[in-house]
Amino acid sequence: MKKNRMIPVLLLRNGWLVQSKGFQRYQNLGNPVWSVKRLSEWASDELIYIDISSDDKHDLRRDDIGHPNRQSFLEIIEDVSKETFMPITVGGRIRTLKDIEMRLSLGADKITINTQALEDPPFIGQAAKEFGSQCMVVSVDVLQDSGNYQVLSHGGTRVMNEDPVAWALEAQERGAGELFINSVDRDGMQNGYDIELLQKISSAVSIPVIACGGVGKWEHFAEAFDQTQVDAVAAANIFHYMDQSVFHAKKFLFKKEYNVRPPDLISI
Amino acid sequence: MEKIRSLLPVEELEAEVLEKGKPILGICVGMQVLADRGMEFGEHRGLGWIPGVVQRLECSGYPLPHVGWNDIKIVKSTPLLKGLDTVKDFYFVHSFAMQTEERGQVFATADYGGEFDCVVNRGNIFGVQFHPEKSQKAGLRLVQNFLEVAQ
Repeated sequence: MKKNRMIPVLLLRNGWLVQSKGFQRYQNLGNPVWSVKRLSEWASDELIYIDISSDDKHDLRRDDIGHPNRQSFLEIIEDVSKETFMPITVGGRIRTLKDIEMRLSLGADKITINTQALEDPPFIGQAAKEFGSQCMVVSVDVLQDSGNYQVLSHGGTRVMNEDPVAWALEAQERGAGELFINSVDRDGMQNGYDIELLQKISSAVSIPVIACGGVGKWEHFAEAFDQTQVDAVAAANIFHYMDQSVFHAKKFLFKKEYNVRPPDLISI
Repeated sequence: MEKIRSLLPVEELEAEVLEKGKPILGICVGMQVLADRGMEFGEHRGLGWIPGVVQRLECSGYPLPHVGWNDIKIVKSTPLLKGLDTVKDFYFVHSFAMQTEERGQVFATADYGGEFDCVVNRGNIFGVQFHPEKSQKAGLRLVQNFLEVAQ
């Protein structure tokens, strides 16, 4: 039987890993490559790695750590994929088939698109035909306000439509292999997933759904598995401030007999 | 297959693998192309090195693609799966799988709402549907096993 996945999300902004709140405020977390190495050692099931820079200027500004100062996101991806032994999904600023091809050739296993899919829905199908649905993750940023939903593009800054379920179904129809659902209003708030939204989407589609946004404690992962049909739970901030966080999170779920892989630590 | 023929020297590969017996390990689609035929985006010819057809997974309503860590059931012992009796979750990401004609060439299956073949072997030709290069400890062990077989 297949296990449910737990997926750390890393956000990269101009060369630095950052913590995000409400898609607006960012706090620096450090070097992208070292964090990936740690997450790999804690036996993460997968990794989602998103470039949220508004331009392609990357500067690690650290020459003292014996690591080259990488200037572009692609160079960083190449370094990251050398450090890991787990599947990586790469997203951010993907506009063309060439963008996808470059990321896959540098070691990404899957790519995720948001703005490009909303602006040009047939692109989902073109990419799925070229690279296979299995590597096409459509990312959906959803803002909830008094029970009304909006689907956002351009890093949470533009409203594209008001029906996340209809958009999820369209993305599936066009060839998306997975959906990565982010609750913008819960980003960095630690108040748990938007269970209602996740339940609506995960019961409507037949492709795997990855939940993201709002995790503040391990119980929130359990809630998503208890109350929705999501296939995977993702989180960013909670994994970055504790040693062996992924190991502890998995241990929490594994002990309660959730369908996850046993916690493990790997030195490769 | 057309794309493979345009990118790879298939005749040379066939000479190395089929005539000289060089060991080869096909991963994911690399396993699927070993079959005679595939049904993704219409019917296409494969290499035909291991008799079988690649069909869409039948998974009784579970989400497709099949993405994530799935345990495998070893149905026949092979040096490729040595030491993997206990740690056997592997990372899969696919919607199609090979239906092997000769059951004797199937060494492991996986269950995802229905069983499918995930480790095949015919002589020096091996195929795995999952990704050993992404499967952490179990994956490393399998790669190490293949290298030992290949020596």
